[in-house]
Amino acid sequence: MSHELRGSSAVVGVGLAGCGEAHGRAPLDILAEATHNALEDAGLKLSDVDGIFTGSSYHFMPALSTAEYLGIKPRFSDSSMVGGSSFVAHTLNAAMAIKTGQCDVALICYGSNQRTAGGKLATMSEQQIYEAPYKPRYPISSYALAAARHMHQYGTTREQMADVAVAARQWAQLNPAAFARDDLTRQDVLNSRMISDPLSLLDCCLVTDGGGAVIMVSSERAKDFPNKPVYVLGTGTAHWHRQITQMPDLTTTAAVDAGKRAFAMAGLTKDDVDVVELYDAFTINTILFLEDLGFCAKGEGGAFVENGNIAPGGSLPVNTNGGGLSCVHPGMYGIFILIEAIQQLRGGCGERQVDNPEVALVNGNGGVLSSQVTTILGTEAVL
Amino acid sequence: MSTTNDRFSGPGPDQIYSDFLTKGVFSLPQCKDCHEFHFFPRVVCPHCGSFNLEWKELSGKGEVYSTTTVRRKPERGGNYNVCHVTLEEGPRLMSRVEGVDPLDVKIGDPVSAVINNDEDSPFIVFVPAQGA
Ligand SMILES: [Zn+2]
Repeated sequence: MSHELRGSSAVVGVGLAGCGEAHGRAPLDILAEATHNALEDAGLKLSDVDGIFTGSSYHFMPALSTAEYLGIKPRFSDSSMVGGSSFVAHTLNAAMAIKTGQCDVALICYGSNQRTAGGKLATMSEQQIYEAPYKPRYPISSYALAAARHMHQYGTTREQMADVAVAARQWAQLNPAAFARDDLTRQDVLNSRMISDPLSLLDCCLVTDGGGAVIMVSSERAKDFPNKPVYVLGTGTAHWHRQITQMPDLTTTAAVDAGKRAFAMAGLTKDDVDVVELYDAFTINTILFLEDLGFCAKGEGGAFVENGNIAPGGSLPVNTNGGGLSCVHPGMYGIFILIEAIQQLRGGCGERQVDNPEVALVNGNGGVLSSQVTTILGTEAVL
Repeated sequence: MSTTNDRFSGPGPDQIYSDFLTKGVFSLPQCKDCHEFHFFPRVVCPHCGSFNLEWKELSGKGEVYSTTTVRRKPERGGNYNVCHVTLEEGPRLMSRVEGVDPLDVKIGDPVSAVINNDEDSPFIVFVPAQGA
């Protein structure tokens, strides 16, 4: 018997706004514009929204500030904060809220002006007293330690990590909305300024502005909307640590558990997946998540991403918008992978469109490889 | 129901850890039930959930588990090491290896703990192990 949440709700609207640079805009201005676009896409009005799901590095009580700004009085709200994975996690909470009648129209939304506000990572994070004396650069040094260990343990190379950045750039070149679209070679990545060994500047995601919004309703209602519904088939969450020193094994993330849970709810396996959207804050992320989600064995992620295998024309389309590395990354990137997966399943992604995908996998990352949230989305064909 | 008892009175684990370092002792809580050590110090054993803990002095011996060199311009103080060290007793902590070029710190290097008193409160750094 299938899980009661499997396919019980669907996405009927998505919107993006301010991706790249949104001069003069505050985070909630960008969020509101993305929400406007998602509502227009769904043919709904703000007054139809009765459930709000959001996260922020700018607002201490994100759902309250967001609902106040938008002028809505939600019946259900959720500001669950699991870093950049929050918006992917919100799909599970929204599905549960819709299924149990806590809300009918769920708005998952985000906005950030990280680039034009100065380029620093906005954070309300507490001081880490057992890390501060050593001055790790946050968050890159945490990811660098994971990359160094993966290289030591499995022979992963900087060249293989560079190929992740090159693949992302090749997808970005097919996406007119991507921020970084110049030609990029493996050698360019290797030659870029070293920041925290073994990660150099071009192993790191962009710093941009941007906002996104996703509208979910029950599957019964979803057929009455202008767009082809995209069904939420399964979501799994997992976290094993907060700070990097507490990560049990620097080469294995909690995506192992999140992925299993999501596949179990969806009743699918990795062989059913047509397109993959992973949170690539750094090049090592893509390698770790491909392994942990079962697309290749542990330790073989480096070889898997080599020579264009995840680039346009490769065996597995990964990060088809260009990723956090080349498309957009305003601090918490999770909503953008969700939106790219939905757009791919609807079709109409232009040059970067994957050939008739029916199942998409999204894996959000939060903190320092800490929170992992996997969502599996599908078209009506797999419902 | 009382909300305080001996177990939860007096200085907490952060303070005890720091007080030990001030006295020149590197010490961590060990679980009396599962016998595992843990870092950072807590009031509960993260391995088994027991509140039955006691502070034990450590050997100070460890091994570099992972390492990175944070690049910094020479005029700002130059490159420095950030690493994870796995202690002989089991726990892993963030630290740095001093006394060698940061780029020469390698995973698997044997290292020994030293208490650094250069800043407001003492903290643990490592040096290459003698005879290694
Ligand atoms: Zn124990």
